[in-house]
Amino acid sequence: MIPPPYEYLNPNQLSEAISLLQKHGEEAKILAGGHSLIPAMKLRFALPEYLIDISGIEGMDFLREEEGQLRIGAMSRESSLEESELISEKYPLLLDTAKMIADPQVRNMATVGGNLAHGDPANDHPAAMIALRARVVVEGPNGSREIGIDDFFTDFFTTALQNNEILTEIKIPAAPPNSGGSYQKIERKVGDYAAAAVACQLSFDAGGTIQQIGIGLTNVGPIPLRSNSAEDHLRGQIPDDSLIRESGRLAAEDCDPVDDLRGSAEYKRDLVNELTQRAIKISIERSERGS
Amino acid sequence: MNGPKTSVEVGGMGHNIKRKEDARFIRGQGKYTDDVVLPGMLHMDIVRSPYAYAKIKSINTDNAMAIPGVHAVITGEVLEGYNLHWMPTLMSDTQMVLPTDTVMYQSQEVAAVIADDRYIAADGVEAVEVEYEPMQAVVDPFKAMEADAPVLRTDKEGKTDNHIWHWETGDAEKTEEAFQAADVVVKEKVYLPRIHVASIETCGCVASFDPVEGKLTVWMTTQAPHAIRTVVALVAGHVGLSEEKIRIISPDIGGGFGGKVPVYPGYVIAIASSVVIGKPVKWVEDRSENLQADSFARDYHMDVELAASNSGKMEALRIKTVADHGYTDAAANPSKYPAGMFSICTGSYDIKNAFTEMDAYYTNKPPGGIAYRCSFRVTEAVHAIERIVDVLALKLGRDPADLRMQNFIQPEDFPYQSALGWEYDSGNYPRALKLAMEKIGYEELRREQKEKRERGELMGIGISSFTEIVGAGPSKDFDILGIKMFDSCELRIHPTGKAIARFGTKSQGQGHETTYAQILAEELGIPSSQIQIEEGDTDTAPYGLGTYASRSTPTAGAAAAKAAHKIREKARKIAAHLLEASEEDLEWEVGKFFVKGSPEQAKTIQEIAFAAYTNHPQGLEPGLEATHYYDPPNMTFPFGSYICVVDIDRKTGEIKIRRFVAIDDCGNIINPMIVEGQIHGGLTQGLAPAMYEELIYDEQGNILNGSFMDYLLPTSVETPNWETEQTITPSPHHPLGAKGVAESPTVGAPPAIANAVVDALSHLGVENIDIPITPFKVWQVFQEKGAAA
Repeated sequence: MIPPPYEYLNPNQLSEAISLLQKHGEEAKILAGGHSLIPAMKLRFALPEYLIDISGIEGMDFLREEEGQLRIGAMSRESSLEESELISEKYPLLLDTAKMIADPQVRNMATVGGNLAHGDPANDHPAAMIALRARVVVEGPNGSREIGIDDFFTDFFTTALQNNEILTEIKIPAAPPNSGGSYQKIERKVGDYAAAAVACQLSFDAGGTIQQIGIGLTNVGPIPLRSNSAEDHLRGQIPDDSLIRESGRLAAEDCDPVDDLRGSAEYKRDLVNELTQRAIKISIERSERGS
Repeated sequence: MNGPKTSVEVGGMGHNIKRKEDARFIRGQGKYTDDVVLPGMLHMDIVRSPYAYAKIKSINTDNAMAIPGVHAVITGEVLEGYNLHWMPTLMSDTQMVLPTDTVMYQSQEVAAVIADDRYIAADGVEAVEVEYEPMQAVVDPFKAMEADAPVLRTDKEGKTDNHIWHWETGDAEKTEEAFQAADVVVKEKVYLPRIHVASIETCGCVASFDPVEGKLTVWMTTQAPHAIRTVVALVAGHVGLSEEKIRIISPDIGGGFGGKVPVYPGYVIAIASSVVIGKPVKWVEDRSENLQADSFARDYHMDVELAASNSGKMEALRIKTVADHGYTDAAANPSKYPAGMFSICTGSYDIKNAFTEMDAYYTNKPPGGIAYRCSFRVTEAVHAIERIVDVLALKLGRDPADLRMQNFIQPEDFPYQSALGWEYDSGNYPRALKLAMEKIGYEELRREQKEKRERGELMGIGISSFTEIVGAGPSKDFDILGIKMFDSCELRIHPTGKAIARFGTKSQGQGHETTYAQILAEELGIPSSQIQIEEGDTDTAPYGLGTYASRSTPTAGAAAAKAAHKIREKARKIAAHLLEASEEDLEWEVGKFFVKGSPEQAKTIQEIAFAAYTNHPQGLEPGLEATHYYDPPNMTFPFGSYICVVDIDRKTGEIKIRRFVAIDDCGNIINPMIVEGQIHGGLTQGLAPAMYEELIYDEQGNILNGSFMDYLLPTSVETPNWETEQTITPSPHHPLGAKGVAESPTVGAPPAIANAVVDALSHLGVENIDIPITPFKVWQVFQEKGAAA
């Protein structure tokens, strides 16, 4: 990386990081794993005057289940999701997602919080968090607040995070018994952003009816998307092939892709259709295996 | 060849010796150009054009010069003062070093900033203000050839169109007659897209001019240091750089693949800067510059036609090509062959009539036409013939393996005169294809495919039975800028029986330090571990044309054997003196001369070497050295048969390569492990354009995939398990019976993969899909053919 000069700041308290953000305003950038920011600085697209490295702040890298929630510290590295027993036993959607992000070297550095805070619709975690109905905890000068994932992504590369706030944690409702999830992604090669990807998380009641369902879509719109119509079509139903097929069609209708080097909008819609069906089917399989 | 002739200790040909160079490479101790650090060294960075075609209205360097640590901003105007703003290409075309008025492609060099460090240089680049007046670029060669197309090379006096050259070979009339008389004719448009050599190390140099001695030393990422020295002397002679005062050093090189043969403007600017400023100047490209501005490969639009009888006998081949060379013809072909060895396009088949013609055009894209891991346009030729053979098989309802077997040049036909003028040295094509079919279980796969097709599943089997042409080349036909394409070895045996040998070639990962030593060990019996190999320094190594086009073993490898034979001749005289026998009574066996009939009366090469310096026969020169310049009598013609099996997802279009069997024949093998490594690397570089790589431009000439985010290099994850095996058909004219090998797999793999995908979809009415074949392209075929599941 050959960027113009900048000042590197490494606070060891969250409060200190927030006051630095307040002081330097738009000239400052938070450095977490750096795997979105540094490539942008390398190309001199991002020209921050201050880099506030938050990796030295204690207590932002954790992963635990408590009080009916899965709590993920914003500085948790993607690789720690891959290596977590809790994740691999109870949250297959998160495990799938972590494994599909970039490559192992990137995942050793990249953070879950950074993946969300960057606001890139092509990133993989947003759709997974939509499917999991996560809440994002952010800390600012006036203390902390929680933002529902559906309110977090506001526009292309834009989130509800204010300039003086730092994303600190992600809270996910603990997976109830009889639930399953899956992330299905088509990429041109390993490490690529998705041509299209679909995250699904669902749970059944004792009678085999789908009680909760979340379906998130990656890189097929200006922001990460939820397919409400596909979710509505399955919720309260005992799934069968025709319901699943229709859900795929509905998810494809809900998305808003554009033509680019990864393919035409029509192709991506078709992928969403197919990947939605695959994600649902695998989620169902995994839930039954878990029960 | 039945196993190695030498012991493990001697380590001659056929031994799987670990590469000597790996000791430093795997420790991170290689010495590359960017590792060169000199006292007082300055750094250069380059201002590049955002436009593909624009007038330069002004260049303001004031703000850049005002940055502390910036020493100079070099512009076209500055170079014009020394008449160094233009340079010749290796194809005798012309190329700007830096523009004075017009830029011709996006990312073209516009100015260079020389500064204390790389960061300041980059800041300086950002501070240079260039005012452009963009013009409508001509990006498509078919638009470039239209009568009303703007003439791009206005620098060429009297130029009225964008045509560069026309080239043709073969008998047009006889070929037309054969087409008229044929039962069946198949035609196909085949495009081999523009791709890029993506070596791990980018290009760069450290130019160091010593104002006191008047000597220029350049450490440089070049595959051909000697030729570069001569080019620099010819281009910069008028500013006082004379050939004896120019030293080009190719240190370790991180991959060349043809991309480090051309002279890029950056080298020239760095050299000029060093001469002007009087300090060493380092220039090393970043990845984006390398990808966007350096020479491309391929970009051939081919109309391929094949005529045959109803029984499947191929009668005639005709190929008409449009070649897009970008802004200038900066290929690196032998002078007499503007389209390289494209005339190998009759391939492995006995086709009596052939004609091929080609027209090259200028466009507003980066210059080039280099031979990316291929002996000068052979990849294009092989893709054309191997694809059209499958189209013919489809038309005739014939099995593609069977059709190939019917038309192969037979083993007894060698040496074989091809319709387009080559004399194939040796080959056994049926044996290679048969072995590939056995290894992969061809008949069983065809049965499986039939069953799957009935169930609606998509599976394809693709064959490529290619013939390569490497080892340029015989002096009667082969030169670059007039310099004949021989290569050389200078061999010195030390008093203690160890040796050093220097060559005119330059390894970029081929393992010459190991394989050349093995050749010499084979011929002299000196252990290969005790033979030091050096290349790349023009002050010490003998002259040679360098390493590309799989020419090192055919030329310099042969020179090594010949130099060793000269050593042996002198050693015989010394041995006769030591044994008090006559020369005629001595016999050679690996590592020693002995008296016929009494093998205990012997002198080893080590004893002889010692005597050469301590006890040489009176009247004979002391010492034991030899030099050989090898002018090959012919090219070598390695070949192979590859079979690829693919499964295709009916919904997403994803292609999975289930199996890939590669049978290669490169004659006698020097180091089987290195050959296998070469084949693995080459196959992966064949997979890349077949399924992933293509440089894509919009109508304004903007590159749309100018970084590795979108220019897709396959990784180990995408790479299938290569199943390799060899047959051995020695070259009759090479002293070791060897042929080149490294490029065969790059040339042979793409059509095997393309043929497999087309085979999987042929029942839907698909005849051809241009590479790279992506899932999106396959999905489009589903839509078009109404085959969406």
